[in-house]
Amino acid sequence: MKENRLRTLYEKDGTKKVLASLLSILIGLIVGSIIVAIVGFSKPGMGGKSVWDGIRLIFAGLFSTGRDASGILTWGFNPTSFGNMLFRATPLVMTGLSVAVAFKTGLFNIGAPGQYLMGTMVTLMLALGIPSDAVHPVIIWFIAFFGGMLAGALWGAIPGLVKAYLNINEVLACIMTNWIAANIVTWMFDISNFKNVTEGTKTGYIYKTTFNDVATSKLGLDHLFPGSQVNGGIIVAIIIAIIVFIIMNKTTLGYELKACGSNRHCARYAGIKDKRNIVLSMAISGALAAAGGSLYYLSGNTEFYWSTYQALPAEGFNGIAVALLATNNPIAVIFTAIFMSMLDIAGLQLTNLTAYNEYITDVVIAAIVYLSAFSLVIRMLLDGRKKRKASADVSTPGEDKKADDEPAEPEPEPPEPDDNEKGGEQT
Amino acid sequence: MENTPEYVIEMLHITKEFPGIRANDDITLQLRRGEIHALLGENGAGKSTLMSVLFGMYQPEEGEIRKNGKKVKINDPNDATALGIGMVHQHFKLVDVFTVLDNIILGAETTKLGFVQRKEARRKVEELSERYGLKVDLDAMVEDISVGMQQRVEILKMLYRDNEILIFDEPTAVLTPQEIDELMSTMREFAKEGKSILFISHKLNEIMAVADRCTVLRKGKYVGTVNTADTNKQELSNMMVGRPVQLEVKKKPAEPGEVIMSVENLRVPSKIHKGDAVKGVSFDVRAGEIVCIAGIDGNGQTELIHGITGLEKLSGGSITLCGKNITHSNIHNKSAAGMSHIPEDRHKHGLVLDFSLEQNLVLQRYREKRFQRYGFIKKDAVREYAEKLIEQFDVRSGQGAVTTARSMSGGNQQKAIIAREIDRDKPLMVAVQPTRGLDVGAIEYIHSQIVAQRDSGKAVLLVSLELDEVMSLSDRILVMYEGEIVGQLDPKKTNIQELGLYMSGSKRDSEEGKQ
Repeated sequence: MKENRLRTLYEKDGTKKVLASLLSILIGLIVGSIIVAIVGFSKPGMGGKSVWDGIRLIFAGLFSTGRDASGILTWGFNPTSFGNMLFRATPLVMTGLSVAVAFKTGLFNIGAPGQYLMGTMVTLMLALGIPSDAVHPVIIWFIAFFGGMLAGALWGAIPGLVKAYLNINEVLACIMTNWIAANIVTWMFDISNFKNVTEGTKTGYIYKTTFNDVATSKLGLDHLFPGSQVNGGIIVAIIIAIIVFIIMNKTTLGYELKACGSNRHCARYAGIKDKRNIVLSMAISGALAAAGGSLYYLSGNTEFYWSTYQALPAEGFNGIAVALLATNNPIAVIFTAIFMSMLDIAGLQLTNLTAYNEYITDVVIAAIVYLSAFSLVIRMLLDGRKKRKASADVSTPGEDKKADDEPAEPEPEPPEPDDNEKGGEQT
Repeated sequence: MENTPEYVIEMLHITKEFPGIRANDDITLQLRRGEIHALLGENGAGKSTLMSVLFGMYQPEEGEIRKNGKKVKINDPNDATALGIGMVHQHFKLVDVFTVLDNIILGAETTKLGFVQRKEARRKVEELSERYGLKVDLDAMVEDISVGMQQRVEILKMLYRDNEILIFDEPTAVLTPQEIDELMSTMREFAKEGKSILFISHKLNEIMAVADRCTVLRKGKYVGTVNTADTNKQELSNMMVGRPVQLEVKKKPAEPGEVIMSVENLRVPSKIHKGDAVKGVSFDVRAGEIVCIAGIDGNGQTELIHGITGLEKLSGGSITLCGKNITHSNIHNKSAAGMSHIPEDRHKHGLVLDFSLEQNLVLQRYREKRFQRYGFIKKDAVREYAEKLIEQFDVRSGQGAVTTARSMSGGNQQKAIIAREIDRDKPLMVAVQPTRGLDVGAIEYIHSQIVAQRDSGKAVLLVSLELDEVMSLSDRILVMYEGEIVGQLDPKKTNIQELGLYMSGSKRDSEEGKQ
């Protein structure tokens, strides 16, 4: 009886998704540990002890509280690390949502970095440009936040429009709009006169919304996690994630978007405006990514550093890993984003407390990010195992064979750009 | 070879179990040398499973496979290939962006120093295609050639590998009547040469026409093997379904009422060439009649329907539905004006395969008041509605309303679409090849539903490529040839031969179909 229930739990799609993600995280951490071990043992002056320290920090860096007088690592609740983790997770939640929504609607939004940048730029300009002695800073905050989202929505809509009307693959359009965004941002800050309200350094300028007294409310989180950068942004992000979940799963809008993403032809047949929906889902994705940039730079303790050339922000790309790990579930995105930023914290601790430098932590993080894409493969393996053992759908064994041929299709099944798919007949 | 065993392949007492179901229960199939042996059964009867066992994709729990009387063990498809077993799958296994030649030799290339020896291969393929009259352009990309051609490529693939046991899985589902005839004669040719053919089908006509013997499966069980010469269609279908089946459509004479839809001089652009695929077509459909558009595939039927339903833009003409001009309405408004549509391609247009059955059943209706409030979908209302339809139309699926459409059998997918469209209760029903690829039981059911729609006063516009269906189901036949309606026939006063003449363009009514 009990085994039966376990079995049904295991058979559930959701369980398998969670299991696959956890497994890929575990594999990632193990690979990271192996890298740490290899580097540790091959470097003079480091040995078994520092390797052991490094591995422990990779797994549990969040709970590290430093070293005691005798140089032994100490563990416990570290409010600063926790707070910073939540703070760093904020933009990742948003970019993760952005990518997840696009995936759910059959689109691959690799344009999150560009949308994030556009959101950043508009938010900063609004937050710094509206004089705070004339308008209340809270109102400026809202204007800047929604202005940023709007900019991201418009920027995201461009690949959507190109895809819907000209049948150009959104991945190509997104990559191009990324670089266009980077250059626009560079150029806009160059010609604008915000330099007056920023700190000038030798090679660039630093933009900080606190110059204009605009900052996200801490909402009491700073008391919970003293000494950290945490602020209300994470709450906003979580609320948005829940809203996205509701829209995608409970509303007619979500139904339409998913129908278009899953089978554009069928959506059209049913009288759903497929083109409008493609543009709309890219716009929503863009707005979400941009909101990540807005929340990050409105936090009050971040600086936007402008130099002669603007690189694409890593948060945008990391959103892809966040979404993949979360198997595109908006609620799961919250957790995977927090996990990703936890790795960041672990990396920091590794740098601070051991002889490993920051680059090794980047390698470890990269390994985990890379392996997060494996959650799909692992899910297939879990599925396959079930299939071989239990095999076959009850009603139609013949169908099952076909399904066996196709599970390699990744979740974001990119809709075919043209109409010549063969509408398969199956009997 | 003296003392040649009678059977080239024997599958004896094969039992294959899946949890909860015996897909194959003590099935015996014996294939003689040089015969065409049909394997007949409804969807889910275990044909595919049996073939998967033969190809080593599944291992049977019981039973054995013999080749030329010797027991063999087939662990994977490579073993099957080594035994000379080749198969033309229903869904072709071809690389779209490779040439025909490359596809044929793929996996069996002769190489020298790592370079593919195409010249030699080409000679062999050319010789084969010459010998069997299987003409294909070896240098064309597979994606550019027709489905019929692709099937030839699959057949050539088997011949290239010198397979002597050829399995055809539902080979005619995708072919035009002419191509079917050609395929049949090719198959006879093979059999004459001593190759053995296993022909999986549920089309009784074809089995009667080409097969020597026929093995019938039902619900995973072996029903029997009969000589086709000693049996008839009715007997075979009774064996297959397990009860007497109505092969002929039973219906009262039509009582056409007022005009529901009127199409005037409709023109629809072609996707392939610059001109129009539908060149000025005019007709009416009345309440209480089934009007069938007949014709060989590719003569503009698909475009005509796409034009009427709004999937394709028109280049001219007008459509009036229930007194309303809907020529330039969008899809949503056209269907709201009084049109339901059973689409030709149930996977492309009919269903969102990754959605659940219930989500598919409300595909056009999720915005109706009863299914949503303030944009939030009423889950319970959708579930209740779906369960009502599932019950009413006997749609079978693994987990009921929440089953993913993809995991349902073709027949039940089609039933779901038909349930959805019939329940929308529109005055005009457009049904395009509603029984394509379905088995006798399902066809019987769908035909009776369509007739019931007509009898309740609906207008039905049917498109079919199956001559039997055209003749038995329709009240009026319009024949399309090269984008024009070349004839209007009364099924009671015509026969298949005359219909064929119209369809091939050798005959046309003088007053109809003028530009």
